[in-house]
Amino acid sequence: MPEALALSAPRRATAVLGEASAAWFLVAPAGIALFLLLLGPSAALLALSFSDWELGAPTLAWIGFENYAELATDPVFRAALSNTLVYVRVVMPASIGLGLGVALLIESGTRLRAFFRAVYFLPVVSLLVAMATAWQYLLHPTIGPVNKLLAMVGIAPVNWLGSSDWVMVSLCMIGVWENLGFVVVLFLAGLTAIPADLYAAAETDGARSGLDRFRLVTWPLLGPTTLFVVTITAIRCLRVFDTVAALTRGGPNNASEVLLHMMYREGFSYFRIGYSAAITVVFLVIVLALMLVQTRLLDRQVHYG
Amino acid sequence: MRTARTLVEDTPRLALLSLGACIMLAPYVWMFFASLKPGSEVFRDSLTLWPETFYAVENYTKALTAVPLARFLLNGVLVCSLILVFQIAFAVPAAYALAKLRWRGREWAFGLVMLGLLIPYHVPALPLYVGAARLGLLDSFTALVVPFSISVFGIFLFRQAFRALPDELMQAARIDGMGEFSIVWRVVMPNAWPAATAFATFSIVAHWNDLFWPLIIVQSPQMATPALGVLFFRAEEAGNDVGALMAAAVLVTAPMIALFLLAQRHFIRGIATAGLKG
Amino acid sequence: MRAEGGRAILIEGVEKAFGATRVLKGVSLTLRQGEFMALVGPSGCGKTTLLRIVAGLESADAGRVVIGGRDVTRARPADRDIAMVFQNYALYPHLTVAQNLAVPLAMRRLSALERLPLVHRLVPGNAARRRAIAARVGEAAAMLRIAHLLDRRPGQLSGGQRQRVALGRALVREPAAFLMDEPLSNLDAELRAGTRQEIVDLHRRAGVTTIYVTHDQVEAMTMADRVAVMMEGEVLQLGTPREVYDDPCDIRVAGFLGSPRINALPGIATENGVSLGTLALPLRAAAAPGSAVTIGLRPEAIRVAPLGLACRVEHLEYLGAETLLHARLEAPEARIVARLPVAAGEGLSRGDAVRLGADWERALVFGADGKRLALHQAARIDA
Repeated sequence: MPEALALSAPRRATAVLGEASAAWFLVAPAGIALFLLLLGPSAALLALSFSDWELGAPTLAWIGFENYAELATDPVFRAALSNTLVYVRVVMPASIGLGLGVALLIESGTRLRAFFRAVYFLPVVSLLVAMATAWQYLLHPTIGPVNKLLAMVGIAPVNWLGSSDWVMVSLCMIGVWENLGFVVVLFLAGLTAIPADLYAAAETDGARSGLDRFRLVTWPLLGPTTLFVVTITAIRCLRVFDTVAALTRGGPNNASEVLLHMMYREGFSYFRIGYSAAITVVFLVIVLALMLVQTRLLDRQVHYG
Repeated sequence: MRTARTLVEDTPRLALLSLGACIMLAPYVWMFFASLKPGSEVFRDSLTLWPETFYAVENYTKALTAVPLARFLLNGVLVCSLILVFQIAFAVPAAYALAKLRWRGREWAFGLVMLGLLIPYHVPALPLYVGAARLGLLDSFTALVVPFSISVFGIFLFRQAFRALPDELMQAARIDGMGEFSIVWRVVMPNAWPAATAFATFSIVAHWNDLFWPLIIVQSPQMATPALGVLFFRAEEAGNDVGALMAAAVLVTAPMIALFLLAQRHFIRGIATAGLKG
Repeated sequence: MRAEGGRAILIEGVEKAFGATRVLKGVSLTLRQGEFMALVGPSGCGKTTLLRIVAGLESADAGRVVIGGRDVTRARPADRDIAMVFQNYALYPHLTVAQNLAVPLAMRRLSALERLPLVHRLVPGNAARRRAIAARVGEAAAMLRIAHLLDRRPGQLSGGQRQRVALGRALVREPAAFLMDEPLSNLDAELRAGTRQEIVDLHRRAGVTTIYVTHDQVEAMTMADRVAVMMEGEVLQLGTPREVYDDPCDIRVAGFLGSPRINALPGIATENGVSLGTLALPLRAAAAPGSAVTIGLRPEAIRVAPLGLACRVEHLEYLGAETLLHARLEAPEARIVARLPVAAGEGLSRGDAVRLGADWERALVFGADGKRLALHQAARIDA
């Protein structure tokens, strides 16, 4: 026995040591890549946002908050910021409201569940640029089927993507179409996680109407799902880029300029790296603020300990 | 009462869902039928779906020849698979070390992963572009693939999956004489298959459909991915030919939709669990 | 003295099929007002489905359910005036214990408008009704000794506490019937025994008609006024615990109740009794001579007897207060379990030859179809 004891002590020590070195060996590639490709560049971006650097310029100067000061007075940036926020404020509640409705409808019966789920989910996996092109055809002012349909009921044609009054409306509609399936699938997952016995209990407790059961069981138990969906959808909306790049390029007259597209134009068309970096920082701050609100403030109200 | 409803009782539900489904499918339907018609017919009457003159061969030929569309698709497949391979190769060992090994610095490292989760991939784009330009890598596969080779979301997802595995599994493998590296690939990974398929579908969809990065990094049509290819096609003269444009749109959309219809369950679960970060 | 509350329940010819599987094949039961009836049977026998049909959570394909003289077969659960306790408690996780207990009252006594947050303050008379509800919740909580938990949420409670809240949610109202679906199965053994007694006491005080579904024969035997033994979608027997145990009508009932299981020995009917191996037993069953019958003997009816059947000891289980003897009967081939006083088991060991006899007047005779056969006269032999 003494031999066994004497042996086991150092063995354990080497095992732990071996475990630690193996761990470092396993983490190293990912760790290096994480610094080189994500954390490092993100820090560089933050630094660049305080510089006046333009691509190709031999020198750069540190100009403090000048880029941000310029953003504050730049009407294009104001348009981009307000359009992005409008887009979030319209597309997020609309896709969540409609998505919850569709999910409840799909879940409330047994017929064609998988079919409808697939149909509503289709836009999520479709190449958005290509589908935007299809939308462009649908919404074409002269030959588009949408205007032709409207003409049949006597409504004058609308220049959906070409007029500054309608362009955000059109982009928001496409945005809802694009995000709806995502929301539906998340809500469906949330709904199936609600124990069936709770509905049975609600019915025996006297919750006669579907609305009573929704208020007593469905809505409170969907709380965590809803919060998650709100955050994710808001971030997806904040990132709106593809439809703008493919359909309007921010036009007409900056009426559909959004944050990421403006950042793209300033950085990669005009090569104003410093200015573009400042826009990216604003974008990042909004994203972080959203996540902070989710984790710090709201999380506690929807999780029942 | 939780009982099967009769078809009549189910009608309002089916009617509402069908109405919504029609709107969801409208762009696909018109896209597809326009790709079968000659341009003149599209201009004359876009409400009628069925073509008077069947023009599919001409449209699809033009779509495939005006720009190297087949090349775009091939690029897409190549880029997506390379990205996925790299992401898994980097993320899985790290996730295992974070989930199952005890080492000093583990909490700290996981903190960095969580920090990475908060940063959208648009943020490092600008410095990465500058770096690629300095290295002369613009317009190359390297520039298309490398920035995405590390997926913090992948690390996070795999870590959660690995944590659910019993410790005894690894202990048994160690007693059988396996090293940590073989444990990762021969014991842990085969037991985390659902997480792997979920991650794979998420990654493929995200990068097949990505426009932002290719738009920044790619200049020549030879390097374009499908998403960018659509824009190239529109920029060509062919862009005014609605029929051919829709044919091109059908061709680039079809592979992912086909894959989705084949593996619906995996796709939906993958994207639902992966909603965390895009 | 016990209270008689609730209503009588009549279940008549209830049938239910899920797809091709017939879960209930025409079940009829009658519960007297205030009666505590246990529905017991192995899992999959249809007992939970039957309970859910009584509750209105499942619809019957045929038959009817009458509660307090009112046919409720087509009524919704909320209109049946029943209270149900679920196996996993089904407490609302977002509501406190007090709110959970108040739900059944609020749903019935307050209008939809009065239940809205804030708005309810505007409705006249509402405050008084709410006070009445709070008082009733307090009473129920006191009865179950959970008054100190009223502000907690279910997630912060132990299994036993949740179980009490689930009971409380049923108790706050004075319903026509309590329906309980395996309410103790998620508790550990010790808690289960205590709560068993508590439910019996609560029933004695409130006296509300109760249907209690369980797969645990001990619960059924100790708690219920009458026990309905269900198998394969049918009620095989309905009777007091004594009746179903001592006087089972079917070999399956006899086999389900009692632990260790009843011994089933193969016998053959003769002119003046039943032959079991070398023994001729004067059990004159109503069976054609020469036909095969099964003799059921409870383990506690068996004893070591010098003139008994020749057996060989397979193994012994010493349980402290008694010894279980597992033996093999050689002719006819059968296994026997006997419950012996510890002294009787001493000196026996594996492989020993032993002769076993029985109180044959306690033997039960079953026909080839498993049904109990009537005996023409009580028998007495010394073996």
